[in-house]
Amino acid sequence: MQAVTVTAEGGEGGFWATAAPIIPHPLEFFFGLACFAILYFVVAKKVVPRLEQIYAERTAAIEGGMNKAEEAQAQAQAALEQYQAQLVEARAEASRIREDAKAQGAQIIAEMREHAAAEAARITETAHKQIEAERQQAVVALRNDVGRISTDLAGRIVGESLREETRQKDIVERFLAELESGDVVREKVGER
Amino acid sequence: MSIVAAAPTDYTAPGVEEFWQPLIGDGAWAITRPIFLMLLSTGLIIWWLTATTKKRALVPSRGQMGTEAVYGLVRNGVAKDLIGSHEFMKFVPLLFSMFVLILVNNLFGVIPPMSYPTMSRIGFPIALALIVWIVFHVVGMKKHGFVGYWKSLVPAGLPKGMIVPIFILELITDLFTRPVTLALRLFGNMFAGHILMALFISGGWYMLTSGGVLIVAGGVTWVFAFVMTLFELLVEFLQAYVFTLLAALYIAGAVADEH
Repeated sequence: MQAVTVTAEGGEGGFWATAAPIIPHPLEFFFGLACFAILYFVVAKKVVPRLEQIYAERTAAIEGGMNKAEEAQAQAQAALEQYQAQLVEARAEASRIREDAKAQGAQIIAEMREHAAAEAARITETAHKQIEAERQQAVVALRNDVGRISTDLAGRIVGESLREETRQKDIVERFLAELESGDVVREKVGER
Repeated sequence: MSIVAAAPTDYTAPGVEEFWQPLIGDGAWAITRPIFLMLLSTGLIIWWLTATTKKRALVPSRGQMGTEAVYGLVRNGVAKDLIGSHEFMKFVPLLFSMFVLILVNNLFGVIPPMSYPTMSRIGFPIALALIVWIVFHVVGMKKHGFVGYWKSLVPAGLPKGMIVPIFILELITDLFTRPVTLALRLFGNMFAGHILMALFISGGWYMLTSGGVLIVAGGVTWVFAFVMTLFELLVEFLQAYVFTLLAALYIAGAVADEH
């Protein structure tokens, strides 16, 4: 009671000058609410959205950069893999071509060998045949010549009359047969 | 003691009446100095925040960097960590506004020519604590339903006999202790810090002007006043941070799935 009277009589400040500090001043309380409300409104409507936008953009920029780097790395990796794959393929192809060439070469050699052998055989055979034919021809020609020469010679010795002789052929044939059989007596011819 | 007793007794220590500084009018509806400072701080903060975020630069200017640092502290260091990445974004504007408003008003306590911590007038901390109190109850009830919210105050798995006493304790905490301590902590720190600084400075001045041995004591007192001012700076920041932290904690508790 005494305290109340003292504050009431406090003069200049009145009650509020000496009031216990935990008694809220109504207008101060009101302005506390009002100022916070205004600040909250501005912060919620303007400041926070702006700052969040900055955050988001910055994050996006950083992540975008990282994504780009990752992409580049992935591309490089892909290129390397492709290159290596191509290299392997090329190597395989080269070895295949080599194998093919080897096989082909061997085949060609074999074929050539066979061909050459066949050709050689054919040439040999032809030569044989030709020789045989020429021999036959020579035999025939020789036989004719020998006959003619013999008869000429004989004609010259025994006269023209013998040429017309119808047995001429028989004589020559017989002579030659004797000649071939080997029982010709030279002395006889020489004596004649 | 004897020195103080021997000194002239015309020194009056600063008291409650130092905080009553009406500018316009008097009584309950007077526009007081802290009201003016509150308006000034609100205007300054709004100007600063809109000016530094206007460009929205990815590579920030100094001002934007400062704003972003404070914003990051509240957004990631307080809201995200305590409330969780799922729901915290709703409360970031509230917590950020709360933090910067308290911080600037607290810093006014040591920055001339303001030199007056607005929060040493209990009307302001009560207003802010009331907002926090309403918000965490409303979001809690939205999340769990009216009945579900009160049920969620009691942790699950208690023995039956414990449910009622725990509920009563939690109810007192939830309805009374939290908002009152939130307001009183801020008010008390600012009020006590300011009155202590006023005491050191005015007492030191008194001793310096008294002459004799007291000049030395006055010098020492002023050195202490300087140290106290630095200490007060720390307390001012810390109290803004603690207020915001606790607000976030209460909201986190209200929206948590398991209490």
